[in-house]
Amino acid sequence: MSSPEFSDGEAPAEKVTEVSGTGIPVRGNDIDTDQIIPARFMKVVTFDGLGQFSFFDQRFDDEDNEKDHPFNEEQYRGANVLVVNANFGCGSSREHAPQALMRWGIDAVVGESFAEIFAGNCLALGVPTVTADQEDIEALQDYVEANPDAEVDIDVAEETVTYGDTVIDAEVHDAQRKALVEGVWDTTALMGANAGAVREAARSLPYVPDEHVPEPAAEDGA
Amino acid sequence: MSEGTLYDKVWDRHKVTRLPTGQDQLFVGLHLVHEVTSPQAFGMLKERDQEVAFPERTHATVDHIVPTGNRDRPYRDDAAESMMAELEENVRGSGIDFSDPDSGDQGIVHVIGPEQGLTQPGMTIVCGDSHTSTHGAFGALAFGIGTSQIRDVLATGCVAMEKQKVRRIEVTGELGEGVTAKDVILTIIGKLGTDGGVGYVYEYAGEAIEDLGMEGRMSICNMSIEGGARAGYVNPDETTYEWLEETDAFEDDPEEFERLKPYWESIRTDEDAEYDDVVTIDGSAIEPTVTWGTTPGQTAGITEPIPDPEDLPEEDRDTARRAQEHMRVEPGDTMEGYDIDVAFLGSCTNARLKDLREAAAFVEGREVDDDVRAMVVPGSQRVRDAAEAEGLDEIFKRAGFDWREPGCSMCLGMNDDQLEGDEASASSSNRNFVGRQGSKDGRTVLMSPIMVAAAAVTGEVTDVREMEEVATV
Repeated sequence: MSSPEFSDGEAPAEKVTEVSGTGIPVRGNDIDTDQIIPARFMKVVTFDGLGQFSFFDQRFDDEDNEKDHPFNEEQYRGANVLVVNANFGCGSSREHAPQALMRWGIDAVVGESFAEIFAGNCLALGVPTVTADQEDIEALQDYVEANPDAEVDIDVAEETVTYGDTVIDAEVHDAQRKALVEGVWDTTALMGANAGAVREAARSLPYVPDEHVPEPAAEDGA
Repeated sequence: MSEGTLYDKVWDRHKVTRLPTGQDQLFVGLHLVHEVTSPQAFGMLKERDQEVAFPERTHATVDHIVPTGNRDRPYRDDAAESMMAELEENVRGSGIDFSDPDSGDQGIVHVIGPEQGLTQPGMTIVCGDSHTSTHGAFGALAFGIGTSQIRDVLATGCVAMEKQKVRRIEVTGELGEGVTAKDVILTIIGKLGTDGGVGYVYEYAGEAIEDLGMEGRMSICNMSIEGGARAGYVNPDETTYEWLEETDAFEDDPEEFERLKPYWESIRTDEDAEYDDVVTIDGSAIEPTVTWGTTPGQTAGITEPIPDPEDLPEEDRDTARRAQEHMRVEPGDTMEGYDIDVAFLGSCTNARLKDLREAAAFVEGREVDDDVRAMVVPGSQRVRDAAEAEGLDEIFKRAGFDWREPGCSMCLGMNDDQLEGDEASASSSNRNFVGRQGSKDGRTVLMSPIMVAAAAVTGEVTDVREMEEVATV
């Protein structure tokens, strides 16, 4: 996915209607954002280069020797569909977590359930977080393990995940689906178009002094 | 859907419009900024050639990477120095108030907002930090956001959100001796699970909550996110107003206080409000509570046995097995007597003056165990100064605690304050994830400040009620 171009007032994000590619399973419930990207790798002022630190402490021991982890396995190089279990991404609000996964190569995450801030952060990057039942997810993880080269197709609009001869009845949260399918997930542009209404809302609040509300800029067209 | 709750009212007051995605565009009344999650957002803003829309509704501090020992600039850690320098440039270039270390107001973002009166009832408050839920203690709607959303707020003064369900958590009765707000929230998360609050905002209510001071309410709201709820709140009442009256915002402006009070009263949950769910917990049955595992939901009362994974719901077994292996605990044992190497009293959950007072009252006349390194990291420079004025620092130092400068410190190990190897810590912080305190083999036991103080003294997890003279402040 290329980064979207910004233009004034219009929703600039690209549409994400489907994601296809090979899968990579990371098993376990409650995988928190400290595991996805340990805090010591967040001492940076850009997100560049974070991909290599995904799941770092799960992948390497103290001597930097590789441990057993799907992100180390040759067969999953090039995978872009991450398959996880329940409450994935719980813990901190760090966008560094989905940024690291995305920069490693992940374009979509399929799982039993996701922590909310994590799912919101994924959406802000145009990465769908798709949910399905526990049995379906486990079957998909088994399949991906046995068939690391096989394609997994996510249809965001139709809310399905297809692999081999199987079609999983999945779920993509309503707002997320709409945002991705219609390409309106760049909320800065979307909300920036309502600057006049924002000023009005701000002025209506008793705790916001008038002088804190900016004058309309010429290009607002207000 | 809920109706007539504080959440509904504050949401409606801040809703700008419905977006094409089905989300609502909400005006943000207060945007708090720190050095870890903001630089990329300011970078995105620059890329788009945009300016900060509401600089006066934005406030910054430095907490995550700031050293708690030698703070001479440049910081010894180059990465920390460059993050600090970036933040300074970003906020000064945008006209954003900055509680930096030279101001005497620096501290953990969720400590300084409430102490300066920035945090007020009926506000929407966001920060690129999941513990923003803390500010809900004042009857604000407060939640953590990601960096792209920080960009949204900087550029537009708004966030895009979907409305969630409201669960009232009623904690009845009176808390027992030695039982604190921290024990209440650990118990709640233990009962409802780390994902029990996904899709919900928590309204904390009931006698046990109303009896708490603002510090206790903040500890509870702070950990809402550990239960999966992005936000949690307590309705504002006289306790709230008494705190607010003494803050910078109102201490010299009683007229402003009186002018805003009707608004604060108006957003309180109605008597006949409707909730999506109600949970009742008997506060009088809660005992000092600690974690035995590696999620904040793996908790047990201090006299309760650690559960056998086989007895847990199927979906929790695997996590419990791995947690028990990491922590080296056995089902059937209690956590009492678990050896600790480090005692950490700090974090946005429990580093306010009242927390330090309670711990100090316990520590006075006692000594830290020879095998324990113990540290106190005040939540802010103001907390530090107030504690020093009362002589709390001397009490801690005499007992063998290290008395440090304010910051997030060993809660997440982004500065030099870290566990080493497989050290076990008794910690007043909020997360016991593997690797959280800076060492991937480190072991964290979450507990209240007085329980940390007790563990520091005995060198093991200790039932504070069994020690003589449990202090109450």
